[in-house]
Amino acid sequence: MKRRDFLKVAGAVSLAGCATPVPSKARVVVGGGFGGATAAKYIRLWDPSIDVVLIEREPAFISCPISNLVLAGYSSLQDITRNYDGLRRHGVQVVRDEVTAIDAAKKTVRLGRGSELTYERLVVSPGIDFTFADVEGYEAAMNNGLVVHAWKAGPQTTVLRRQLQQMPDGGVYVLSIPLAPYRCPPGPYERISMVAAYFKQAKPRSKVLALDANPDVTSKGGLFKRAWSELYPGIIEYRGNAKVVAVSAGSVRTEFDTVKGDVLNVVPPHRAGDIAAKSGLITTNNRWCDVDWRTMESKAVKGVHVLGDATLSAAGMPKSGSMANNHAKVAAAAIVDLLNGRTPQPVKLLNTCYSFVAEKEAIRVSSVHEWDSGQGALMPVKGAGGVSAARSEAEASYAWNWARTIWADSFA
Amino acid sequence: MKLAIIASAAFAALPLSAAAQDTAGRNLAAGCAICHGTQGQPGPGAPLIALAGMPRDHIASQMRAFRDGKRPATVMHQIAKGYTDAQIDAMAAWFAAQKR
Repeated sequence: MKRRDFLKVAGAVSLAGCATPVPSKARVVVGGGFGGATAAKYIRLWDPSIDVVLIEREPAFISCPISNLVLAGYSSLQDITRNYDGLRRHGVQVVRDEVTAIDAAKKTVRLGRGSELTYERLVVSPGIDFTFADVEGYEAAMNNGLVVHAWKAGPQTTVLRRQLQQMPDGGVYVLSIPLAPYRCPPGPYERISMVAAYFKQAKPRSKVLALDANPDVTSKGGLFKRAWSELYPGIIEYRGNAKVVAVSAGSVRTEFDTVKGDVLNVVPPHRAGDIAAKSGLITTNNRWCDVDWRTMESKAVKGVHVLGDATLSAAGMPKSGSMANNHAKVAAAAIVDLLNGRTPQPVKLLNTCYSFVAEKEAIRVSSVHEWDSGQGALMPVKGAGGVSAARSEAEASYAWNWARTIWADSFA
Repeated sequence: MKLAIIASAAFAALPLSAAAQDTAGRNLAAGCAICHGTQGQPGPGAPLIALAGMPRDHIASQMRAFRDGKRPATVMHQIAKGYTDAQIDAMAAWFAAQKR
């Protein structure tokens, strides 16, 4: 896209405010992941008179959910990629660029290629970035191809798959899991399962060594451990309270010892994405963005709604694609209400996360969350939610349905 | 932009309570879309039937059956417990009113 096209978008956005006596309904959405894409689509669905601009630096979305199956060879990067044409069909203006600064007083965002957009309400859905400095030697090792995180689906997913394929039988794959909260609580344990499934089939003398900074499996622990012992006996070694503090060629160091590995998959701790850090949206532990869960509006910056993994999680709420999609609907409903002179009403949020433990077997965790006006907080609904009774092929079929449906709900 | 103004004026002219009631069902139902599809329309080949256009009483009675453990389920028995009768009715009415 050429620069003058950005200016055209900016011009249209500004003009909307000047040309009519009613308040401008111009809006900007930043970040085309589950949160941003869903917010853009649902604002247009619920009030097509609102202009929505989505700014995303990548040409397409690559899904973290299902990306662990790519590591085992059960899916491909192509299967889990979605473009933004579906949003364009809803009338969203999709701009491929990066937001470099937000000026909440002037209500503008600056783009990497220099133009500036005016907004009435801003949605920031920046995902996560990593605090590499928490793991000594990480960035140098990553840049030299000695370690990957593969915790944003994309090129590193392909690299990790290739490393697993090239690893000799009898090798050791090391997965290091950061302290919670991190993106996708059950994700590391699904990854353990998928790599073990691949080893069992392709190189059965190999080992998966999981070093978890958390004391124990943080999600669906009973179901994962049962699957590991029944499906992959002798392949997986899981260690809790094993925080990796340094990486170098062929080894990682925990607080207690040094561990050698043939493939090093160290997932560093996270924080809200860079643009949140740069624009004053981070409120807590230098990592996360606190929001009003009735509207998703930032507690730090008025007029800016923050979605997805970047938020300071409410009680019992995972950082997941399902949650980001639901956050987006809360924000969309609130923004549509606010721009039409109505008071936003609290909305319920619904989470469901499936994890594969074998090519054709999956497990699940679900929860429902509601605004508790007494506590002034979003809380899980007592008595609702839970996990699968057991791993099953039926859950795997529903897992694939969930993935394809949420991709369509967010991007098509 | 002209069309946009007309649309928003028409929406604003609705009585607030009716608009709020309508959006309550819509907003609750939106959460279901992660498995059941946008506006209750599952994609081609999906293993779930469409909620869009399903009779309101049927949706509401099935949600209550899930909630009360009378209809077996893999997940809906846990999710249905998260909603009140009034919320189930609001969602059911909204799905029933959607085009198939």
